[in-house]
Amino acid sequence: MLEISRLNVEFTTERGVIKALRDVDLEVPRGSIVGVVGESGCGKSTMINSIIGLLAHNAAVRSGSITFEGSDLLQKSQRELRDIRGTRISMVFQDPMTALNPVLSIGAQMTDIQYRDPIGMAQKKQRSIRMLSRVGIPDPETRLENYPHQFSGGMRQRIAIAMALQAEPALLIADEPTTALDATLEVQIIHRLKDLQQSMGCSILFISHHLGVIAELCDFVVVMYGGEVVERGTVRDIFHRPAHPYTIKLLECDPARIAETTRALPTIPGEIPDLVNLPPGCIFADRCDRCIKVCREQIPQTTEFAEHHWARCHLAGSMAET
Amino acid sequence: MKPLLEISDLHVRFRTHSPLSAMMNGIQDPFVDAVNGVSLHIGEGETYGLVGESGSGKTTLARSILGLVQPQQGSIRYAGTELIGMPAAQMKRFRSNVGAMFQDPVGSLSPRMTIGSLLAEPFKIHGLSDRDLGHEATRLLDMVGLNRDFSSRYPHQLSGGQARRVGVARALALNPKLIIADEPTAGLDVSVQGEILNLLGKLQAELGISILVITHNLNVVRHITDRMGIMYFGRVLEQGPTSAIFHQPSHPYTLALLSANPEPDPDAEIDRLELHGEVPSLFNRPGGCEFHPRCPFSDDTCKSAFPDITELDNAHSFRCHHPLQRA
Repeated sequence: MLEISRLNVEFTTERGVIKALRDVDLEVPRGSIVGVVGESGCGKSTMINSIIGLLAHNAAVRSGSITFEGSDLLQKSQRELRDIRGTRISMVFQDPMTALNPVLSIGAQMTDIQYRDPIGMAQKKQRSIRMLSRVGIPDPETRLENYPHQFSGGMRQRIAIAMALQAEPALLIADEPTTALDATLEVQIIHRLKDLQQSMGCSILFISHHLGVIAELCDFVVVMYGGEVVERGTVRDIFHRPAHPYTIKLLECDPARIAETTRALPTIPGEIPDLVNLPPGCIFADRCDRCIKVCREQIPQTTEFAEHHWARCHLAGSMAET
Repeated sequence: MKPLLEISDLHVRFRTHSPLSAMMNGIQDPFVDAVNGVSLHIGEGETYGLVGESGSGKTTLARSILGLVQPQQGSIRYAGTELIGMPAAQMKRFRSNVGAMFQDPVGSLSPRMTIGSLLAEPFKIHGLSDRDLGHEATRLLDMVGLNRDFSSRYPHQLSGGQARRVGVARALALNPKLIIADEPTAGLDVSVQGEILNLLGKLQAELGISILVITHNLNVVRHITDRMGIMYFGRVLEQGPTSAIFHQPSHPYTLALLSANPEPDPDAEIDRLELHGEVPSLFNRPGGCEFHPRCPFSDDTCKSAFPDITELDNAHSFRCHHPLQRA
């Protein structure tokens, strides 16, 4: 349904050219939830902005394609993209308070975003009410009159989800939608998302730092590091049979996986290389404890070493069993 | 363990309507209770974790310790000295005893100042400019494991983890005995989160400081805190040793919170206590126990009376009419 292939994006800055995305491949099959993990600065946001056509002015797509419902989004005009955003692809952002307009009632905002539809106000209102009740807002008819500050954080995020799903998009992009919520509300939101996704048959691209949430919600996982997709596969492959050393380390660092309480939490020593002056070999080589000679000299190719399981590592496949 | 900080029966209320508007609209109680009778203490060298959803009063509680909001009732004693009602000038001097790390690491650093001047700022504010501030800045950078070159950089040139380290350095600048860390690792990935928490742990061991951590992240609380408290609607519903609470929670909300924490394993079978219904609004506080509309065990008693504190051994206490059965 959405397929990104060999995408390269660069930013021109005073310091030089930042190679923010390099040969990124990603696939979101119809009706599935794909999770994206990776530390800040790994290119997650750049990837999303490329999909929705909102890259900064100093960014340029050097090569690659983003195929959505059969056509390449990168070839489309701004006008054509505007018709896709909000109807076929929509987004839920991290902070529900800043995503909603504080001086307009929820009802006004939900009606406004239906400006494309040639139906009457009463019908638009009815549709808003239906959508609010689908995301579990009690008493939706009277709540439409309320303003964002009159809702709790969890409710605001559900309103943002209701607004994003109102046009029944084919793809929903959710950028860390639960970071501002406590655990009980987080679970509530991800279950709600899963239910809605199943009943509407849409696909979700879900970005999160929280490995537990990814494991619980997603069908496929994409691991990004330093502007590259280093590994992707089914959620079970990634969590049970990780193949890229970065994925393995990332999972080991999750305090949720460490049963014994400890004050010395595992970390990945070192830092992400400068994306202006890239190392000649593998992007993770400096921090990798399995690094061999070839890793410093050659950029590894992405290989599908097992069915539906790709890794960008010279050693991929030879480690999956360990 | 000697308590460094003792909070008892603390109330913080915010006015929602002016006296005139309240009179005109017939509002009896134009206040909202952000912190509603909280008592807790933090020992020397201890780490205390405060968890609870957004709006439960965690940050307001922290701000009242720093003297940034004025509590209406109750007492906050730091090393035996009462902070409530302390004159402003004295409060300013006192504040050097408590270091604060705020949410949003980059946002809490002024974008127009270099890291060096940001680190010198606490000394200037507290009238200690006669010290060698350049030397202090390098001392602090060394302490948090940042290269000395960072002195001349600006906040936007830092990564999230580096900005956090600067936050830790600033909090430690005046050798405080207590650090308040509000969401110290929000937005960081697990490896950088580990680095920051390890750094805090190391500094705590070296300097013997106490830490109050406010966070959503239960995995963090489990690993780094000695004791924890669970807040809901401005009250502490349960508190005690972290291991005891994780092992055997007494309050249904605690169990719901702990069991909601997703496991990083797609095949994990989690036995959840699921909560239904909405978090009520602070403006519309439910009677009795505030948790009763969402609680699976609530009955008529819960609707009318807020439960008293039940003390278990080991300074573990909770407030509930129907605590979970203890095995």
